[in-house]
Amino acid sequence: MLSASHRLHVEALSEEDNRRVYGKCNNPHGHGHNYTIEVLVGGEVDPATGMVMNLVDLDAVMQTKVVERFDHMNLNHDPMFVNQVPTTENLSREVFRIVSGELPAGMLEYVRVEETESNFFECYAS
Amino acid sequence: MIFLTRRATFAASHYYWNESWSEEKNRAVFGKCANRNGHGHNYTLEVTVAGEPDAVTGFVVDLKWLKDVIESEVLSAYDHRHLNLEVPEFVKAVPTTENIAIAAWKRLEPTINATGGAKLSRVRVYETPEIFAEFRGEA
Repeated sequence: MLSASHRLHVEALSEEDNRRVYGKCNNPHGHGHNYTIEVLVGGEVDPATGMVMNLVDLDAVMQTKVVERFDHMNLNHDPMFVNQVPTTENLSREVFRIVSGELPAGMLEYVRVEETESNFFECYAS
Repeated sequence: MIFLTRRATFAASHYYWNESWSEEKNRAVFGKCANRNGHGHNYTLEVTVAGEPDAVTGFVVDLKWLKDVIESEVLSAYDHRHLNLEVPEFVKAVPTTENIAIAAWKRLEPTINATGGAKLSRVRVYETPEIFAEFRGEA
């Protein structure tokens, strides 16, 4: 899980359109969420270890590459979101890119990001 | 492609009964779900739409719009209703969780797919925290 703030605002739209499209998510000082991130890896069970992947290694990837980068941060200030709006659609896609780059090719099946209890977003390998 | 899911809840009552069967057979197949005075559940509905985030807004669809569609197309008909007695599609079809998932899909698909961008991808209905049925459209 990570806690982060963001503001949905794009320069390509007028102030009025930003307000209309994003509603209260456009409030000037941003707001925060507790994001819950699930990653699913797929593969054959190694006959020696009985594991698809060592969870310690997966934890380390999530901790060092995702949680340390985004937890208690303002997503709009991350270089990744300088030129794209930090919707949870875009966050899930970027987390997929980050994590898949750290795992053996093709192993990451999907990344799921829960923004609230009512909303979640999934990015699949495709 | 991003899959976006919105959750909603509704409370409804129902019973399971097939008019073409004997009472004995209804009892045998449906058990206590066949009690004729009905019973109720707190259902959780998960509606998943798939699409690419818009290049400008970063949205697949506006979540507030999706919430309103779920409210107008499904919750307004199902919430705090007796499904067998008050919802047209369950006058004949037994309101099992399977059939509710299919019926909710049929209610949602025209409005969601009319946007031209995102498509309805999955409807999941939890009858209790332990049981859910999922419909992904006709193959």
